[in-house]
Amino acid sequence: MNPELEILLIAVVTSVACALPGVFLILRRLALVSDAITHAILPGIVVAFFLTGSLTSPLLVVAAAATGVLSVVLIEAIHRTRLVAEDAATGLVFPAFFSLGVVLVTRWAGKVHLDTDSVLLGELAFAPFDRFIVGGADLGPVALWMMSGILLLNLALIVVFSKELKLATLDPALAAVLGFSPVVLHYLLMTSVSVTAVGAFSAAGSILVVALMIAPPAAAYLLVENFKPMLLLSAALGALGAVGGYGLARWLDVSIAGSMAVVCGLIFAAAFTFGPERGLVSQFRRRSAQRVEFGARLLAVHLLHHEGTSREGVECAVSNLDVHLGWSESVVGKAVAFSLARGLTIEKGPVLRLTEAGRRFAEDLTAGVA
Amino acid sequence: MALGAGLLGAVSGFLGSFAVLRRQSLLGDALSHAALPGIALAFLITGGKATVPILIGAAVTGWVGTLVVRLIVRRSRVPYDAALGLVLSVFFGLGLVLLTVIQKRPDAAQAGLETYLFGQAAALLRADVIVMAVVATVVLLVLMLAWKEMKVLTFDRAYGESLGLPMGRLDGLVTALLVVTIVLGLQTVGVVLMSAMIVAPGAAARQWTRSLGSMVTVAAGIGVAAGVSGAVLSSLFPRLPTGPTIVLILSALVAVSLLMAPGRGLVWRRLQLGRLRGRPRQEPVLMHLHALSLQHPDDPEHGHEVSVLRTMSPPDTDVDAALTALAERGLAASDSKGLWAPTEMGRREAQRTLERLDRGDKR
Repeated sequence: MNPELEILLIAVVTSVACALPGVFLILRRLALVSDAITHAILPGIVVAFFLTGSLTSPLLVVAAAATGVLSVVLIEAIHRTRLVAEDAATGLVFPAFFSLGVVLVTRWAGKVHLDTDSVLLGELAFAPFDRFIVGGADLGPVALWMMSGILLLNLALIVVFSKELKLATLDPALAAVLGFSPVVLHYLLMTSVSVTAVGAFSAAGSILVVALMIAPPAAAYLLVENFKPMLLLSAALGALGAVGGYGLARWLDVSIAGSMAVVCGLIFAAAFTFGPERGLVSQFRRRSAQRVEFGARLLAVHLLHHEGTSREGVECAVSNLDVHLGWSESVVGKAVAFSLARGLTIEKGPVLRLTEAGRRFAEDLTAGVA
Repeated sequence: MALGAGLLGAVSGFLGSFAVLRRQSLLGDALSHAALPGIALAFLITGGKATVPILIGAAVTGWVGTLVVRLIVRRSRVPYDAALGLVLSVFFGLGLVLLTVIQKRPDAAQAGLETYLFGQAAALLRADVIVMAVVATVVLLVLMLAWKEMKVLTFDRAYGESLGLPMGRLDGLVTALLVVTIVLGLQTVGVVLMSAMIVAPGAAARQWTRSLGSMVTVAAGIGVAAGVSGAVLSSLFPRLPTGPTIVLILSALVAVSLLMAPGRGLVWRRLQLGRLRGRPRQEPVLMHLHALSLQHPDDPEHGHEVSVLRTMSPPDTDVDAALTALAERGLAASDSKGLWAPTEMGRREAQRTLERLDRGDKR
């Protein structure tokens, strides 16, 4: 495999591995836990790195993931004392962990291959240099193997506990009543997030893991309604973000991790703007359609009110409607067009009149109104 | 330069108190990350490291970040926390992309930009300190002039609106001040850790006091102490980054506050629980005595056997100890035959308890 394909593969696998637990984080209102965990694993990584001398050893993954879970435990413990609110507890714990990590790195690890930049920012371009060699055979980059393993773990977690996770996410109280322990599931999920963050940090850097965990699931959340489609779509969007980000990075020759985050953000922005049901554009369309429909209703009632009266010729002349209804001409035009198209009204010379259907429509609307 | 860090601590203490009380602790986190692309953009546009354009750039993108968060929350079902995380990470990613663009430029005077990630108090110039002093004065002035309004905004915004106070504009002003403070802090503490600077002083101060005024003051004090000592320590020891040092000192102060603060601290609470546990539960016994005495309207101090009270009380109640304690407080008395009755004072006390329960007051 050539290095470029390897980098792309690592990016895609990392992105998908992050998107899967991300779905649960979004749905459980835990999105910022990913931010906390990705920062809090730093001291674990540093200490384990001192001990093992390798950034990809399994011990490092375990130690760093344990630090991540520990930070979650600590946040919850502080929150439970009710001395500070939950957001403040989060904001207190992870900077402390992170600072500890930074101080450890800068003071004692300056000479070895681990610096704050690589931890914070990540550099995917170097990933293929670290090869996984068994008995002299080169099996590909270590990072690819590690992230694939983590992806499989996350998949296994979701497949095995799909029912439990779904229930505990959507209705924690019911889950507890039925005897699934939400606490155990919660910590399983936190462990998965921590392990994923540790695996991904060397490729993506701690802050960009947050983008990979939040942006694709948040975009999927705006596009689909059900659990399984959301998982699948998140994974797909994550992969798309990875491929697009890699392409962008190659094109502009900039940071791969950074452009992956940017592309994921763009994907979210697209879903936010153009989502078929919930996007800004369709929200706007729906609202203006409702406005026109409402206008047609009022118009029908107006016509009914003046039907057969002496002033009908004045009140119901299309050219006078804007004055009598107090609307702008364009609103009147849309409402008239709508009612004509629906067969509620017909034009008789200059005057707009209700059809039989339009009369019934207007009478239904005014029924019960004295 | 320690002065600069101290000033920064004071301002973050002032504004952070409000952020903590209004549950906006993590807004600072998002804001400071969102400032990174602004820093890089300003550098790209001006081609230099001049402080003012960079601070303006940081403030602009930080501000845009908060607007985007607000837009996402208002116009979609994505929850607030996810919107924060999204803005934080995507803006940071954008900043990173721009930084790599800068790194490729031949003039490569970008070394200074990296200090914005973790901060370096030593890089502070005299001019920066003056800017900080000005901002600190403005913040202090705003707080003093609009103290009442700030209080209302923090604790009961709807009430403030009903009074016709410009809550929306004040909210905007506070956010703007927060943006400026964070941007100023970027040089000293860095993008990543500025959020702690906002949260920690307020959270620590909250433990020591019950009033907003003293909380803000204590928070500013804590901010100054951490800022100055962190800056001094990091200049004394080689390769001790300023930002993380300040944050670690702040975290230690928070930990001490959570544990030790009188009234709220965990250790204090434990002590108090111990004291309460040592004392027999007197209230139920008094209530039973009162109930019994109500059976004798003409002779409210009619005596009752201890065994009766024991039957009435839950099995784990130490009735004798409770009676002794009640007698000491003058709420109950026993006669020569060892029969117990509530005193006049005891009956009044019991009546008060009953009324309180009626009102549904759980105290």
